[in-house]
Order: sequence, then structure tokens, then C-alpha cells
Amino acid sequence: MNWDEWVPLLVIASSLLTGLFIFGLAEEKVRLRTVLNLLGAVTKLGLVGWMFWGGYHGHYFETRLPLLPDLDLVLRAGPLALLFVALSSVLWLLTTIYAIGYLEGSPHRSRFFGFFSLCVTATVGVALAGNLITFLLFYELLTLSTYPLIVHRGTEEARRAGQSYLIYTLCGGSLLLLGTVWLYTLTGTLEFTPQGFIHGLGEEHHVALVAIFILLIAGLGVKAALVPLHGWLPQAMVAPAPVSALLHAVAVVKAGAFGIVRVVYDVFGVERAAVLGLTGPLAAVATVSIIYGSLRALFQDDLKRRLAFSTVSQVSYIVLGVAIAGPIATVGGLVHLVHQGLMKITLFFCAGNLAETLGVHKISEMDGVGRRMPWTMAAFTVGSFGMIGAPPVAGFISKWYLGLGALEAGQGWVILVLAGSSLLNAAYFLPILHRAWFRPPPDAWPHEHDFGDKETAWALLLPPVITALLAVGAGLLATAAFSPLEWAQLIARREFYQP
Amino acid sequence: MGDALFNIPWAVILILLPLVGGMTCFLWPKVAKTLGLFTSSVIVLSVVGLAWKMIGNGIYRHAVGGWSSPLGIELYADGLSLLMLAMAALVGLAISLYSTAYFEQSLSLRFWPLWLFLLAALNALFLSADIFNLYVTLELIGLAAVALTALSGGRDALSGAMRYLLATLLGSLAYLFGVVLLYHGFGSVDIAILAQRVEATPIVWAALGLMSAGLVLKTALFPLHFWLPPAHASAPAPVSAVLSALVVKASFYILLRLWLDIFGPLGAEGVADLLGLLGAAAVLWGSLQALRQTRLKLLIAYSTVAQIGYLFLAFPLAVGDGVAAWSAAAYLALSHALAKAAMFLVAGNLLRFGGHDRIADLDRVVERLPITVTAFALAGVSIMGLPPSGGFIGKWLLLEAALVQGRWDLVVVMMVGGLMAAGYIFKVLGYAFTQADAPHESRPVPLSMEWAALLLAIAAILVGLMATEILPLVGIGDPFGTGGVKP
Repeated sequence: MNWDEWVPLLVIASSLLTGLFIFGLAEEKVRLRTVLNLLGAVTKLGLVGWMFWGGYHGHYFETRLPLLPDLDLVLRAGPLALLFVALSSVLWLLTTIYAIGYLEGSPHRSRFFGFFSLCVTATVGVALAGNLITFLLFYELLTLSTYPLIVHRGTEEARRAGQSYLIYTLCGGSLLLLGTVWLYTLTGTLEFTPQGFIHGLGEEHHVALVAIFILLIAGLGVKAALVPLHGWLPQAMVAPAPVSALLHAVAVVKAGAFGIVRVVYDVFGVERAAVLGLTGPLAAVATVSIIYGSLRALFQDDLKRRLAFSTVSQVSYIVLGVAIAGPIATVGGLVHLVHQGLMKITLFFCAGNLAETLGVHKISEMDGVGRRMPWTMAAFTVGSFGMIGAPPVAGFISKWYLGLGALEAGQGWVILVLAGSSLLNAAYFLPILHRAWFRPPPDAWPHEHDFGDKETAWALLLPPVITALLAVGAGLLATAAFSPLEWAQLIARREFYQP
Repeated sequence: MGDALFNIPWAVILILLPLVGGMTCFLWPKVAKTLGLFTSSVIVLSVVGLAWKMIGNGIYRHAVGGWSSPLGIELYADGLSLLMLAMAALVGLAISLYSTAYFEQSLSLRFWPLWLFLLAALNALFLSADIFNLYVTLELIGLAAVALTALSGGRDALSGAMRYLLATLLGSLAYLFGVVLLYHGFGSVDIAILAQRVEATPIVWAALGLMSAGLVLKTALFPLHFWLPPAHASAPAPVSAVLSALVVKASFYILLRLWLDIFGPLGAEGVADLLGLLGAAAVLWGSLQALRQTRLKLLIAYSTVAQIGYLFLAFPLAVGDGVAAWSAAAYLALSHALAKAAMFLVAGNLLRFGGHDRIADLDRVVERLPITVTAFALAGVSIMGLPPSGGFIGKWLLLEAALVQGRWDLVVVMMVGGLMAAGYIFKVLGYAFTQADAPHESRPVPLSMEWAALLLAIAAILVGLMATEILPLVGIGDPFGTGGVKP
């Protein structure tokens, strides 16, 4: 038996089976559930490591199962897939640890962790999908498996947030389906290929191709929270903190952005997309999202909402990098896929810690919180500086390559966007840091939990500290082997320079 | 041993066993549950046997009593029949499992004979090759179904059943007129012989009109669906499941057969377009009504109205590419049967649990009946046409056919219909998470009832992963190709 054919499937199975097992577990079996969760996450990480090793040596694992007479379910660990799959499996492990700590003692944990695992299964499936129909399958599965997490608390507010989330994402999903079927009727294949698979279609299909591109990008843009399709994201903040963290950093929003990367590079091909006149408008949409998200973030007092609008802005950097349509900007966009994930998850972990330990939800309540929770706020500070784009945190690398790429592609205006956005980022992050570190703490916190002489539980503190370190590491060691930057450069070479 | 198994007349078993079983249940009520479950299991095995045989030999024919058609009755099965038989067998097994726990003693007495009788009639219908036998079996199904609808004897049940009875009799009557016209005009009721003889004469058009109208009424295509929601919503849960999953499919199957072999080749594009138009209207109207319902069973019943609409979208598309459109319709019929039966069983569980089926008062059933809610969610995935599920494969094939032919109107209907389906399904699921204003007493739900629903829903999902196995089976004997059943 050839194991290579099954590794990608095993990666999927490692979280799928974990999820299914956990659904069947009784609520009080905390220890077994924890063991299963961690076992699944570690197994996945190991398998992804194996695939990475293969990929590094130019050997890409592939699983192929028949789905329809001429269409297969394909899971392929190509370079782009590996970038995203590695990010999600590392962050899944950390988020699992965090969630175990965060949800300690709260009800319905079996259900929560079951869907949590399904959600990661779907994300990894999105990452590994080797053709558009497989992508679509896992993309919809992601919608379905996150819904129970958003309505998890079972309040009327949660139900409404879930409803709004579904209206947006299912509409997006059906646009994506329509675009996919339409494309299939034209090309007869849906296989992701570097530089696209629509070479065979001539001028006469121009209008159809433009329409398909719009359908696909609109369908994906809903999850990527491109303005004006972002309405669901701030509402979805009612979900528990680990879910928000996962939603923003790896799962839903990233799946959308990743899908846009796939469509531009591996369906249309950057050059063809540029010839069709599609990258310009896409860059415009991304720019609007970047500025609009930052502006809205400025005026939020709720910490999680401010972070949510910040996501709207930050994820669009990825789209912008893709839409500039040059090799260096591509590197910037792709590397931001990872960097934004590391930094944003740190910020959400920290926001969750503040809420869980002190009952602090609003920025106006954050006075002096740095003295009470120094480690948490240190991690938060790293994340914030990264978002602003200050070296040596990873965000700087992204912005550097985006700017450089824009100049190389002759699109200097992007520099202005980047500068403006960085200013706005600073305007909404620095006041938080100022409050946290330099204002005196209040006499009593809104709702304080006692963790003895520690600032909070280990399971809550460790993940943000690790992700913050990773974010700094990705910035400092950007040129080391296996760094996200190196990997992004490999992908860009395949897209732009190989025949 | 292998040969002996191979030569068992599986098709005969499919008809005789439930017939005998039903009579035995009637005469000897004590064993009814065991016998019912046994019969349903053997039916599943027999369908597997039949499939095995057909994979080897192609089309299956059996001359009853040694008299071949046109003199005697011939049993006939191609891939399409096999698909319908498999659908009935699977749904039937789950419903039998469910019913062992659902019915109390007095109702159980009446349920099992009728149910097995209905199964026999369904199997016979799917195995018939002449339009008169189709009539007989259709009538048997109608009568058994009406009796089952009235089973609980309440006011709603009786009035629903009465409406249903009138509609089904009217439908059969119209169909019978058509049969008479064709027999009078061409001297045969055998589909294959008719297929060779019919020409586009006024008699044929009249027969086409009458038969289509009758069958459309029985299939509850918009605007002739008025009888379906009250009947399906007032019947006991397993009966609603049978009605929505199997009974409406029986009349659809006949229509499809007639169309494929007799009327389609005459070039009745106008009728095909009309059916497509009504199908589109059914999708939109049924979904809209389902969205407006506050009672779960009515919501599911209106969802059936919408889902039947999809089947009729295949008629105009088949004019361009028969195989693609009909494969899609067959796939949708199969997955709808599995998913919709699961949903009605879920509704039965919730009704038993909370004593009501008001959607807004479901009251945290997601944590109190997780298996049941999972079943609803999985079935819902298929009804919405989201991957991976049977409904997705069907929708994909149908969308593909519509796009290839540039039928954007149908594309839009399918997209909108899918979104509306998501709307009404998540309406239910959303309230499954929230707490009701006033707490209700709850009654326990037997495990077999929960699992019967879940297994059906899982089957609806799995069907979506087995398209490359199922589509070739449906293709046995080339039911959708030019020529169809012609020998």
C-alpha cells in the first residue's frame, strides 16, 4: 500500500474522527475529551510535518477519490496548500489548548469541541483542495460547522447573529456554486493549476469569464469580509473567544481570502486575470476594505468589535497583494496570510483573557490592565505593533513586500494606501496600549476571577505568548529556511517564472 | 450456491413477500412488528439481489406464470426501476424500524397490514411494464395511503384524508381515461409496444393531457398541490414520511416512464415547457410557504411541494440533453426521499418529545435530543443542496444541464430555491438552540425512533459520495437514452 496517497486524507481524518468521537462523549468526561482533542491536534501537526518534508523535496502528496463521473475529490499538498494547512494546524493546537482553559466548567463542551474539530476539518480541506469542487465542498462545510459555534450560547442575540452569518455566507456559497458550475461547463475541468486552467478559452468567452470571476470573488468575498460584504463579521462576535480567534485568524475569514488567492492564481492565472481587466477592480475593492475597516475600527469601544473591524482591514492586504499582480506583491500578500493569522489570533486570545479573567470587554475599561496582566498585555502589544507594521514583528515584512511589489508593478498609489492604513492602525491600537500601560488601574475590575498569584490560567496565558513569539520570530527570522516568507517566495516563483 | 442465489426471482419476492406479510399481520397482530421489520429487511436484501443480477445481465424481465406480454403480465426492471426500488426499500426499512416504537397497540394493529400492503404496491408499480398494471398499482397505493393518513382518526386527519382521497381518485380516473384512449387507439397497454405504435394523433394528445394532468395532481405539482400539506401534516409521522418520500414519487415515476418511452419522442416540447414552468413556480411557492410556516410538519410538507418542483425542472432540460437532466432528476428523487423521510421522522420525535411542533418553542432540543437534531441538520444539508450530499449531486447535475443549455431562468430558480430552503431549515435549527418562554413537559423518545431518522439522514449524505457507483447502476438498460425500454 502506498501511504503517500493517503496522507492528505489522514490529515482530514485526524480532526474529523476526533470531532465525531467527541460528539459521542458524555459531558463530564473532561479528561478523555482533552486527551482526544490534543491527540487529534498533535497527530494532524505530525502529518502536516510529513507533508511539508515531502513538499520541501518537491514531492507533493495527493489523494484522489471519485465524486462525479468526470470530477474527483482531490486533496493535494502543493506549496500554497502547505502554507495554509501548516498555519491552521499549528493554530488549531494552540486554540484547542486555549479553548480547554477558556471553557472550563461551562456547559455543552462536547458539542462545542465536536464542531470545533469539524470546523478545522473544513479549513484544512479548504487548504488542501486540489480543484474547485473540492474547495466548494469544504467551503460549505465550513459554513455549516461554524454556525453551531456562533449560536453556541443559545441566546436570542446569538441566534440572530447566526442567522445573519448564514444569510451572508450561504448567499456567497451559492454564487460560488454557480460560478463553479458555469466554469465547468466551459472548461470541462476544475483542477487548480499554477497560472490557471482557462488557457483554452478564447476571446469569445470574455464576457462569461468576467462574469464567472465576479461570481467567484463575490462568493469568496463574503467570507473574506470584503466591504460591502462584511456585515456578518462584527455581529458574529457573540461567539466565545476561541471561536472568534479561530474565525478571524484561520478558519472563515482566511478561507475566503485563501479562496481568492486560489481563484486568481490557480483558476484564472494572474496574467489572464490582468488581461481580462479584473485585477484593477479587485485592488480597488481591497483598498476600500482596508481603509473602511480601519476607519470603523477607530470608533468601536467594544474590544472584540474593534478587532473585528481591524480584520476587515487586514485580510484585504492579502487580496491587495494578489490584485497588484506582480511577483513581489504576491509574496507580500501570501506571507500576510500567515502573519495576519499569528498576530490576529494573539490579539483575540488576549481579548478573551481580559474578558475571562477581569470581565473587561470594553476599551474604556482597560485602564492599567497591563499591570494586572503583564504577560497578556505584552503579547497584545506585540500583536498590535505587528498590525501597525512596526519592525521586527511579522506585519512589517508583509507591508514591506506589498509596498515594494506595488512599486515594481508600477502602482505607486498602493504606498499611499499602506501608509494611510498604518496610520489608522496606529490610531486605533496605540490608545489601547497607552491605557493599558500608562493609566492607573481602577479600584475593582468589572468581574474578576481569582487565579491565585498567577495573572490567569496557564491554558489561557500560554497560547497568546506562543503566538506572539511566533509573530516576532516570523519577522526576525524571515529569511531562514522554512519561514513563511521563504515559502511564499517559492509559491510566487511557481506562479510567475516557471514555464 | 452462487448460482442458486443468482437465480432466485428477486422481483417476485419484492411483491409477494410484503403482500403475504401484510395479510399475516392482519390475521395475527401479535407478530406484526417482528414480521414488519423482517419483511422490510428481506426487501432490502432482495433489491440487493436484483441489483447484483442486473449488474451481470442488464435489464431484468420476468413473465408471471410463464405468460409473456402482451398476453400475460411481465415484470420489468431497468436502472431507473432499480433506483426507485432501492429508494423504497431503504426508506421502508427505516420506517418499519421507527414504527415498531412509534405506534401504540391499537394503531399498530391497523398500521402494519396497510403499510406492508403499500410497500407491495409500490414495488409492483416500479416493476410494471404496462400502463394498465401501472394504473392498478397506482390505485392500490392511493387507497392504502389514504387509509394510513386517516389512521389516527382525529378531525384534522379525517379532513386531510378526505381531501387526499378525492384528489387521488380524480387523478387516477384521469389517468385511467388516458389508458383507455391509448388502448382503444393502439390495441395494447404494453409500454414497449405502445412506444413503437404511437403517432402524433389527436387521441394521443388527449391521452397525454389526461394522463399528465392526473399524474401531476397525484404528484402534487403546483398549483395542484392543495391536498398535500394538510394530508402530510396531519398523518402520523411515519405515514407522512412514506407519503412525502415514496408515494408522490410513484406517480412521478409513471409520468417519467410515459414521457421517456411514449410521449417524449413525439416532440411535445410545449408540454415539457409547461411542466418546467409549473416546476419553477412550485419551487418558489413551496419554499415561500415553507418559510412562512410556524408548525414544523407543515413546513416540511411545503418543502416537499418545493422539492417536487425541482423534479419537473428536468422536463424542459431533457429536450436538450435527456441523460443529464433525467439523471439529475433521478438523483434528486432518491436523495429527497431519504432526506424528507428523515425530516418527518424527526418531526415525529419532536412532537412526541414536546407534545407540540411549534418551531419557535422547540426549547433547546439541540442539547436534549441531539441525535434527532443532527438528523434534521444532515437531512437539511441534502434538501438545501449543499455538499456533500445526494441533493448536492442532483443540483449540480441539473445546474450543469441548465447552464449548458443557457436556461438562465431555471438557474435563477434553482439558486433562489436553494437559498430559501436554507432559510426554512435554519429557522428550525436556530430555534433548536434557544430557550422557549414557557417550559414544557417532555416525554422520552425511544432510541430506535431517533436512530431511524439519523440513519436515513446519513444515507442522504452518503448518497452524495457514491455518485460514481449509483449513476452507472441507474444507466442499466439505458432508461434515459433514445429508445428507452424498447426491446
